[in-house]
Amino acid sequence: MDWQGQNLAEKLMQIMLLAFAVVAFGTGYLMASFKTMMLIYAGGVVLTTLVTVPNWPFFNRHPLKWLDPSEVEKHPKPQLSPIVNSKKKPIKK
Amino acid sequence: MHSFGYRLNALFTFAVTILGFICAIASFTDTLNSPSPSVQVQVLNVNWFQKQPNGNDEVYLTLNISADLQTLFTWNTKQVFAFLAAEYETPKHPLNQISLWDAIIPTKEHAKFTIHTSNKYRFVDQGSNLRGKEFNLTLHWHVMPKTGKMFADKLVLPGYRLPAQYR
Repeated sequence: MDWQGQNLAEKLMQIMLLAFAVVAFGTGYLMASFKTMMLIYAGGVVLTTLVTVPNWPFFNRHPLKWLDPSEVEKHPKPQLSPIVNSKKKPIKK
Repeated sequence: MHSFGYRLNALFTFAVTILGFICAIASFTDTLNSPSPSVQVQVLNVNWFQKQPNGNDEVYLTLNISADLQTLFTWNTKQVFAFLAAEYETPKHPLNQISLWDAIIPTKEHAKFTIHTSNKYRFVDQGSNLRGKEFNLTLHWHVMPKTGKMFADKLVLPGYRLPAQYR
């Protein structure tokens, strides 16, 4: 899943769960049935899981473009010069 | 949100949080309901009224209880527990309560009823105070919601009197 896909998945998950919660509460309250509310919400959670958790192709529409290897060769990483540690002279006792 | 487990975890956490909120709101809607229950109790007969060998007074009554508790039920009510108590005053204690009958009411359809019964639990005083005693019959009820706090209320029916003599 690419970066934009991750953003989409998170937003989709939040919006879907909130929408299902509102619908479930409204229906349950109007029908005076607690069970209906729970069933609608449970169905909503399952549906949201199926939509946002697996790595579906539509989450991978913006692949990252990596630089070509030749580009890397033109701008090599600066080599670190080896640091010579001046060893302390052993103190004679 | 980069991996399967991460997304599942985020979804589960958010789903349970919302579930908590909708249960809290459902519990809150109970406070919008203003119940108006009604109860009538008739003492049809005093079957016996005697002093036990240990000195305590015991009464055995036949009661006719008719109640309409349907307005206690909302969409968030699991069941209602109701009990009828005799309440009276003695020189030692300002309030004595004796449960005479109780019932669990599972649905709104069962909440309007008329019952002809003798007292289910024994009406025994801790002493010998019942002759000519004036007492209240009080219907207490505890509403058990599906989510949220349990709440209780009562309806007092005053003006009952026991006979002045054992029989």
